[in-house]
Amino acid sequence: MSSNGARATQRDRPWIMRTYAGHSTAKASNELYRTNLAKGQTGLSVAFDLPTQTGYDPDHVLSQGEVGKVGVPVSHIGDMRGLFDQLPLDQMNTSMTINATAPWLLALYIAVAEDQGVDRKLLQGTTQNDLIKEYLSRGTYIFPPAASLKLTADVVAYTVNEVPKWNPVNVCSYHLQEAGATPVQELAYALATAIGLLDTVRAGGQVSEDQMPQVVGRISFFVNAGIRFVEEMCKMRAFTELWDRITHERYGVENPKFRRFRYGVQVNSLGLTEQQPENNIIRIVLEMLAVTLSKDARARAVQLPAWNEALGLPRPWDQQWSLRAQQILAYETDLLTYADIFNGSDVVTDRVRKMVEEASQEIEDIQARGSVVEAIESGYLKQRLVESNAERLRAIERGEQVVVGVNKYLEGADSPLMTDRDSAIMTVGSGVEQEAIAAIKTWREQRDGAAVEKALAELREAVKRGGNVMPPSIAAAKAGVTTGEWAQALREVLGEYRAPTGVAGARVSEGEGDSQKTVEGLRARMDVLEKKLGRRPKMLVGKPGLDGHSNGAEQIALKARDVGFEVVYEGIRVTPEQLVASALEEGVHVIGISILSGSHLELVPQVVERAREAGIASVPIVVGGIIPVSDARRLENSGVARVYTPKDFELNTIMGDLVELVQSSAEA
Amino acid sequence: MSEADPAALAERIAAAEKAAVAQALNLIEDRRQRSQGRIEALLGRLRERAGMQRVGLTGPPGGGKSTLTAALARELRERGDTVGVLAVDPSSTRSGGALLGDRARMSFDPADQGLFVRSLATAGDTGGLAYAAHAVTEVLSAAYDRVVIETTGVGQTETDVEHVADTICLVIQPGSGDVLQFIKAGIMEIPDVLVVNKGDHGALAQRAASDLAGALDALRGVGMAEAGDDWRVPVLVTSARDRTGIDALVDTLDAHRAAQGAAGQRERRREGETHWTLSLLLRRHGEHGLEVLGGRTEVAGRIRAALDAGAIPIAVSADLGRDYLRRVASAGID
Ligand code: B12
Ligand SMILES: Nc1nc2c(ncn2[C@@H]2O[C@H](COP(=O)(O)OP(=O)(O)OP(=O)(O)O)[C@@H](O)[C@H]2O)c(=O)[nH]1
Ligand SMILES: [Mg+2]
Repeated sequence: MSSNGARATQRDRPWIMRTYAGHSTAKASNELYRTNLAKGQTGLSVAFDLPTQTGYDPDHVLSQGEVGKVGVPVSHIGDMRGLFDQLPLDQMNTSMTINATAPWLLALYIAVAEDQGVDRKLLQGTTQNDLIKEYLSRGTYIFPPAASLKLTADVVAYTVNEVPKWNPVNVCSYHLQEAGATPVQELAYALATAIGLLDTVRAGGQVSEDQMPQVVGRISFFVNAGIRFVEEMCKMRAFTELWDRITHERYGVENPKFRRFRYGVQVNSLGLTEQQPENNIIRIVLEMLAVTLSKDARARAVQLPAWNEALGLPRPWDQQWSLRAQQILAYETDLLTYADIFNGSDVVTDRVRKMVEEASQEIEDIQARGSVVEAIESGYLKQRLVESNAERLRAIERGEQVVVGVNKYLEGADSPLMTDRDSAIMTVGSGVEQEAIAAIKTWREQRDGAAVEKALAELREAVKRGGNVMPPSIAAAKAGVTTGEWAQALREVLGEYRAPTGVAGARVSEGEGDSQKTVEGLRARMDVLEKKLGRRPKMLVGKPGLDGHSNGAEQIALKARDVGFEVVYEGIRVTPEQLVASALEEGVHVIGISILSGSHLELVPQVVERAREAGIASVPIVVGGIIPVSDARRLENSGVARVYTPKDFELNTIMGDLVELVQSSAEA
Repeated sequence: MSEADPAALAERIAAAEKAAVAQALNLIEDRRQRSQGRIEALLGRLRERAGMQRVGLTGPPGGGKSTLTAALARELRERGDTVGVLAVDPSSTRSGGALLGDRARMSFDPADQGLFVRSLATAGDTGGLAYAAHAVTEVLSAAYDRVVIETTGVGQTETDVEHVADTICLVIQPGSGDVLQFIKAGIMEIPDVLVVNKGDHGALAQRAASDLAGALDALRGVGMAEAGDDWRVPVLVTSARDRTGIDALVDTLDAHRAAQGAAGQRERRREGETHWTLSLLLRRHGEHGLEVLGGRTEVAGRIRAALDAGAIPIAVSADLGRDYLRRVASAGID
C-alpha cells in the first residue's frame, strides 16, 4: 500500500461521479446526458433497454413491453449517433452496462467515433462485458459460457491494441451481492471470474505473453457496498490485496501499476426499501462511505441509486439528490485531504486478513471444480447464491436483521415525498415502443440490403472460424446491421443457453421459534389441502418477458417448496404462451408470475387471456414485483388474484395467502 | 374442475388433445379413494398408439438428461413423431414439497401440439420413479408416438425406470468414473444404450466412451453383458448442448425397437406391469398382504395370468386387494 499515514498536503482528485441513465429513445437520453453533465456529473453511464441487452430488435416478440423502458434502445449506428449527438467522444468517459452484446455496442461506439473524426485510440470508458455474473445474477446472457468468455476475450485482445484506454471488462461483484452474496462470496466469485477470463485470454493466443501485464492492467471491477459499511470497507481492502497477489503470482505481473485493483461502485440497492423510502438516502450515503473512506482502496467511479429505488425508475430530481450526496462528500468534507485513515488499525487489519483467507479458500474450491465455467454449468455457484439470499430474507423476516421501517420502528409521520405515489417515479410513455418499431422498419428499408447481408455473412464466418469478433462487427455497424441481426448471426453459430437456476437443489436451514411454528402450521394446512385435492398442491413460478430479476421468483419457489408445494420453476425469459402451456401440461393449482422490469401491464394480461383460452381460467394467477399501486388495481381488475410488491417481505404471509387461494378455488 | 367421462376423455387423449391429456394426468395423480374407479375406467379404455416406444433416460445428477431430453424431443419432432415427456424429480423435502427443476432446462415451442411435458415428484418413493409414473406413462403412450421418461439414479440406488421403458439409456458425463466401476463390478444393471453426453468436452468424452466400451467387452467375455443375443449395447457420444450425436441416438432407439421386436417389447412391458401391480398391492396392503395371498411368487403368478388375460394392473391389484380383505375377514387373522 502506498500511503504512510502522514497527512497529505494536497487534496486528492475526487472519484468519477456518474448517474446510471437512459430511457425511451436515443434522442431523449442524449438530452438527459447533456443536462446531467451540466449538473457537474463527470462521466456517463449508459443504461440500455432489455431488448438491446439481450440482442433483439424492437419488433421482436420478446421485446414486447420492454422497448425503451429500463434503458435506451440502440438498434443500429443511427441510434448510437443520436445518443452521442454533440457529445465529443474524445472528451467523454463512457461506461456502458452491456454484456452479451458488448462487442456489438462497442463496435457501434467506435464507428460513431470515426464518424465524429475521433481516433479510437483516444476513446475512454468501459464495457461491462462480464458474462459470468450474467448467469449468476443479472440474466442478460445469450450464449453458452465458454462461447461468452471467448467473445469477452476478443474484446480484451482487440482493445488492448486498438483502443488502449478502454476498460474492456468490468468484472462485477456488484450483481452478486444484489443476488444475495455474502462479502466473502462477492470476493471469491468475482476474482474467480477474473481468473477465468484472464486464463481464457492467455490461452487464446491473441495477445502475446509480454502483453499480459497490460491486459491485466486493463481489467477493472464493479463492486457493491452494503449497509454494514465497516465490513464493506474491509472487503475493498481485501479485494486490493487479493488482486495484487493473484496478478503477481498467477500472471507474473511485476509492475505494481498493472496490479492495482481499479474499481467502480454502485452501492447496494437490494436493501433499499419500499416502506419509508426516504430512509434510503441515508442508507445510500453510509454505503458510499465504505468505498471512499479508505484512500488505499478508494473507488475510481461511484454511482448511487436513488431514494425511490424500490418504487420504480428514478426521476431526474431523484438522481440529482444522490449526485449531491457525492458532491458534498467529495467537496465539502475533509475526506480527500488525508492519506489512508485506516492503516495501522488492528481491527481493520484483522478483519481484512480473515476475509482474504476465507475468500482464498473459496477461490481454491472453485478452481478445484475445473474453472469458473464449470462452476457455472454445474449450477454450484448459483445455488450458493440462492441459499445465501434465502438466509438473508429469513433473517429479516424473523427480525434478526434489523431494517428500520420494515421490521422495526414502523410508526411515523407520513412522508411528504409520497403524497402522490404514482408520480413519485419516472414512467416511460407507451408510444415509445410503437415509435421504435416504425423507426427500425424505416431503417431496414433505407439501408443497402446487399451490404448488410455481406457484413453479416462475414461476421458469421469470422465467428465460426474462431476469429476476433470486433473487426467484422465494426464493419457490420457501418453497413447498418441491427442489434437483433448481429445477435441472431451469433446465435446461429454459438447457440443459445439456459443457465442453471440454482433453486432445485438449494437447501435452506430450518429455523425455530415463531416463524418456524408458522411454517409448521402452513405444512399442516397443505396436508389437509392435499387430501381434499387428491394430490399435492402444485404451483408454477415463472418470469415472462426479458426481465432477469430472478431473486423474488427464486425465493418464492423455494419457500413454496418448503411449505409443501410441488413447484415447477420455469426460470427467466419465457413467453406468456410458454407459461400457460406449462401451467396446463403440469396441471398446477396456482400460477405465480414475477416481473420487476415494468412490463407487467403488457405481459400479465396476456397470461390471463391465454389461460382462459386454454381452459384453465379457474387456476388463480398471482403476480409479484415492482408494480405501482394503480397498476396493481388494473391487474386485479383484469383477473389477477393477488399482487405483491417488495413491502410484502414476509414470505410466510404470502404462502398463507396462496394456500387459501388454492383452497377457495378448489371449493368453487 | 369438471369430472369428464372416462370414455370421452380416452377418445380425446387418442387425438392427443393437450387439455385432455393434462386432465387425465391430474386424475391419475389423484389418490382419493373416490377417484380410483374413474382412474380404473380411464386406464381400461386407453389404447397405446401402434408401434409407440417408451424411452427411459437415467443416470447420475447433472449428466445432461434434461438437456438431452429436449434435444431428443426436438429431433423426434423433426422426424415427424409426436412426443410425450415425463420428468421425474427426486427432490422432495420433508414438507412433502418438491422443486421440479427439469422443465426450466428444456425449451420447447409452446404452440407445438405434438409435444407434451409433465413433471412428477417422487414424493418420498424410493426406486427413482414416482407412484403415478406407470399410469402417467400409460396416458402418454395413448397420445404420443414416443414417450421419454427422465429419472435420476445410478449404481446401487435402484432405478425403477426399467419397469416402464422399452429402451433404457444410461446417460453419463465424461469423468464419471464411479459409473464405470459400477458396471465393471456388475453392481449396475446394464442398460440398452450407453450415452456419454457432453461430447463437446472432446478427448475426455471419447476416452470415457472407449473406457465404457472396453468394460462392456470385458463383461461380454464372461457372459455378463447383454441378456439377449441380438442386441449389442452401443456406446454413443452426444452433446445435448451442441445437438450433435442426437440423430445417431434416435437411429439407435429405432434399431433397438427393431431388435426387440413387437413380442419382445410386449414381454418387457408385461414384466413391468407385473412389477407395478405388485408394488400397488404392496403399497396398500404391505408384506402382510403378500403373505396372506400366498407369497410373492404365487401372487406374481396370479398377476401375470390376469394381465395375460387382458386385465389392467390397477384392476388386478384392486382384485387382489379385495381377495386379501376377504381372506383376512374369513380367517379372522389380525
Ligand atoms: C436486486 C436488483 C437487481 C439485481 C437482480 C438480481 C437477481 N438475480 O434478481 C441486478 C443487479 C442484477 C439488477 C439488474 C437490473 N435492474 Co434491478 N433491481 C434490483 C432491486 C434493487 C431489488 C430487487 C430484488 O431482488 N428484491 C428482493 C426480492 C426478494 O424482492 P422482490 O423481487 O420484490 O419480491 C418480493 C415481492 O415483490 C414478491 N414477489 C415477487 N415476485 C413474486 C412472484 C410471486 C409468484 C409472488 C407470490 C410474489 C412475488 O415477493 C417477494 C418477497 O418479498 C430493485 C429495486 C428494489 N429495491 O426493489 C431493482 C429494480 C427492479 N431494477 C431495475 C432495473 C431497471 C434493472 C436493470 C434493468 C437496469 C438496466 N437498465 O440494465 C438491470 C437488468 C436486469 C435484467 N436482466 O432484467 C428497476 C426496474 C424499474 C422498473 N420496474 O421500472 C428497479 C426497480 C430499480 C429502479 N428503481 O430503477 N437489479
Ligand atoms: N458442455 C455441455 N454441457 C451440457 C450438455 N448437456 C447438458 N449440459 C449442462 O449440464 C448441466 C446439467 O444439465 P441437465 O440437463 O440439467 O442435467 P440432468 O442430468 O437433467 O440433471 P438432473 O436432472 O439434476 O439430474 C447444465 O448446466 C447443462 O447446461 C452438453 O452436451 N454439453
Ligand atoms: Mg434433469
